[in-house]
Amino acid sequence: MPDVAAAHGLPGGTFVSVADAPQSVRHPSRRLLELFLLIFAWAIGVLGVLQVAWTTGEGVTTRLWITVSVVGLLALASHVVVLWKARYADPILLPTATLLTMLGLIMIYRLDVAAARKADLNGNPAPTPDVYAQLTWFTVAIILFIAVLILVRDHRVLQRYTYTLGLVGLILLVLPLAPFVGTTINGATLWLRFGGFSFQPAEAAKILLTIFFAGYLVEKRDSLALVRTNVLGVGFPRGKDLGPILIAWGISLAILVLENDLGTSMLFFGLFVCMLYIATQRRSWLILGGILFLVGATLAYFLFTHVRVRVVVWLDPWTYSDTSGFQIVQSLFGLANGGMLGTGLGAGFPNLVPFANTDFIISALGEELGVTGLIAMILLYAILIERGLRTAVSGRDAFGQLLAAGLSIVLALQVFVIVGGVTRLIPLTGLTTPFLSYGGSSLVANWIIVALLLRISDRARRPEVVVPAADDALTQVVRRV
Amino acid sequence: MNRPIRRIAFVLGLLLVALVINVTVIQVFLARDYRDRPGNQRILLQEYDRERGPILVGPDPVARSKETGDTLTYQRMYSNGPLYASVTGFYSLVYGATGLERTENSILTGKSSLFVVDRVQQLFAGRQPHGGAVTTTINARAQAAAFNAMKGKRGAVVAIEPSTGRILASVQSPSFDPNLLSSHDPAAIRDYYNALTADPNKPLLNRPIVALNPPGSTFKLVTAAAALESGEYTPDSVLPGPATFLLPNSTKELGNWNGKACGTKGKVTLRLALEQSCNTAFAWLGVQLGDQALRDQARKMGFDSAFQIPLRAATSHFPDNLDPAQTAMSAIGQFDVRATALEMALVASAIGNGGVLMNPYLVQEVRGPGLAVLQTTDPTTFGTSMSAANAATLTEMMVNVVEDGTGTNARIGGVRVAGKTGTAQTGNDNPAVAWFVSFAPALQPKVAVAVVVEDAGAAEVSGNGLAAPVARAVMQAVLR
Repeated sequence: MPDVAAAHGLPGGTFVSVADAPQSVRHPSRRLLELFLLIFAWAIGVLGVLQVAWTTGEGVTTRLWITVSVVGLLALASHVVVLWKARYADPILLPTATLLTMLGLIMIYRLDVAAARKADLNGNPAPTPDVYAQLTWFTVAIILFIAVLILVRDHRVLQRYTYTLGLVGLILLVLPLAPFVGTTINGATLWLRFGGFSFQPAEAAKILLTIFFAGYLVEKRDSLALVRTNVLGVGFPRGKDLGPILIAWGISLAILVLENDLGTSMLFFGLFVCMLYIATQRRSWLILGGILFLVGATLAYFLFTHVRVRVVVWLDPWTYSDTSGFQIVQSLFGLANGGMLGTGLGAGFPNLVPFANTDFIISALGEELGVTGLIAMILLYAILIERGLRTAVSGRDAFGQLLAAGLSIVLALQVFVIVGGVTRLIPLTGLTTPFLSYGGSSLVANWIIVALLLRISDRARRPEVVVPAADDALTQVVRRV
Repeated sequence: MNRPIRRIAFVLGLLLVALVINVTVIQVFLARDYRDRPGNQRILLQEYDRERGPILVGPDPVARSKETGDTLTYQRMYSNGPLYASVTGFYSLVYGATGLERTENSILTGKSSLFVVDRVQQLFAGRQPHGGAVTTTINARAQAAAFNAMKGKRGAVVAIEPSTGRILASVQSPSFDPNLLSSHDPAAIRDYYNALTADPNKPLLNRPIVALNPPGSTFKLVTAAAALESGEYTPDSVLPGPATFLLPNSTKELGNWNGKACGTKGKVTLRLALEQSCNTAFAWLGVQLGDQALRDQARKMGFDSAFQIPLRAATSHFPDNLDPAQTAMSAIGQFDVRATALEMALVASAIGNGGVLMNPYLVQEVRGPGLAVLQTTDPTTFGTSMSAANAATLTEMMVNVVEDGTGTNARIGGVRVAGKTGTAQTGNDNPAVAWFVSFAPALQPKVAVAVVVEDAGAAEVSGNGLAAPVARAVMQAVLR
């Protein structure tokens, strides 16, 4: 086994030998830990809504009972299905995602109170609480989460549909441009509308395209890894292998130009370049990707006003605090008001920030939970991403490894782009905050990502002899020699 | 492919670390700067979102917060706005706060460190802190008497309890209605404020503690105190009191208010000079004592000190580097001598309190949101301005002023009142300022009052005619 590790050129041979030879190690299922953490997460959620009820003076309402019990039932259901269908899956992933979803629900619940109060002051009837819609979406998300765990018994099945899924993903990406179904909301054309029901296809596309990238790159990585020329010690690929990255670049630019969606555009290109690098182990792809990104960004800056406006506002939001900088300035005011410990749930003014329950939910949470709460949430994301990447590292097949890595990268990039955007680390781009934001497509998509990661980690940790993994290791050895 | 995954993991970790650093910088280091930025409504909303504590006169709130139906949850209400405007100030959305509303803000909002215990409880309960209550030293009867007596006059009244320094009344006239500045309608607030600032009588000016006027003949109390303290003069010392006094090294002559010589054949005792408010005798006395003796005595009685009661009072002033002519003028409270009504009330209360001057204060106690008393102000001594014997002597001389002299309008049946009139020119063409300072009863006084009426007409009698009845009304209200 150490020979295999050496052949991979990997550091920390012992770890790799464990990862590559899980047959010899018996992983406990750890489902009890998962259950305990889920109860803990649920308890935090209950305390959160109780604090909102107490602080805002609204008291314990039927809405509170419904929220708390629906979340509890969904958490229990997800746990039971994991116990049944993915017994050896990572025990941390599910509770972490549940806790993040619950923090989002608390803030949506809290903003409902503010909306109801405002309506009351203006003599209007109270609006339908958003928390009901979000609970419905959470239910849908858990149903699909369960469906994925039941239907996809082995993630390698997905590899068979690589090109089909890739095509569907691509179609979903461009679908908002189609007449009749596509809708422009808040300046970005990324919605589909059927009757009273709107859906953000890019969220589904990000999963389908990650599967496609994984399947495609596993297949093509040998040729893409071939070195043609050396520049400054870095091997660059052959010209005819540049096709895929150029196509990905072109599509990303097209999303930006045609759909006005800077966030999605950056997400896809970043994901593709990272996965290309992982599949080929060639740093030259990162360099090429970086150059193409800079070229694309420069072009976009000079050609499109909406991109330029974002950069200008990012550099100096205060000058535009009444116009294009209003959102980011309000977001910063909210964060500043939160300070170290936050105002406490229900005691701040998160409703002053526009889109407080979608794009800007991070500043709403930052105001009421403070920098302490925000760092805790960023750490939750870090845990989620780390567990995903750990699943990738311990995976037994190249496709699974690449898929797990890709899904974790999608999460990480999305968190960075949106949280960095609303906190003015980078220019603001519209992306949903995974698990936290109000909105169905995003919640459902992220829960499917969790299901896929659980499925892959279950395969990786399952204490049975898995022949394909050994095959995979052998093929790698052959390839590298 | 584990090595590239690890590298990517490292880079993604760096991105998350950048997020953490960035939110920390914003929420910890830049937070203060962002909070103070224009356009940030949060501070305002926060203040208006919590119930601001009341300002009390005795048991009655004169300023309190009332819940409204609009976005700003609480509105400030003043039960008798113009009467207490000099004390409470206003609490405005547009123009900030003044008076006790400003100086006691941390207590009224509940943010003061006095409320640590309450705040810890509120932290765990997650509730907005309620404000604490501020009880003033104001005597409602004295305040109302002063306010009513000043109607139609421009000026100020300050009443102090000599033994403690408690401020019993502080009235400005004309006044304004803080309710109209504390509403939630910015346009109406601006209109009212602009009208107030355009008014030549300056109703927004907190005259009792801010308006500086030449104290005129009331300053003779300081000069007399300096004379007694020098040890070279007694009430029976005979001073020259001609009809006019030629200012040293000058061709200018200073005359008495009635144009006549004082006493018999221009000779007058110190007692009679004060009783008759003899300018020429006091001008001569001032020159004899020298400007430093006058300055020292004035400072012992509160001149050139910045009082914070806790409202910041203007500093009353005795000028520096005087030549003998200027000293003569300063000895009768003219030239560049300037005093607030508060300062002249302090002069009276120092004499009445056996020479010991107490620091004036306006806040009696602070109560927490649960109405438990958290802090009580204890009287503090400013200093000893003269010996008890000299204070008693000067008191007797002031009683003569009211009983036989220029201050007869301050007489109260059955009570011995000590007082002194004053009239001053504020400039060559400016109208005169009438003063009356007094305390009663003469022995162990309960109240010392200073009344200033601006724009009073030129005669010395105006001190007696205009200001003394106001002082009498206030003293009666306290003694009743």
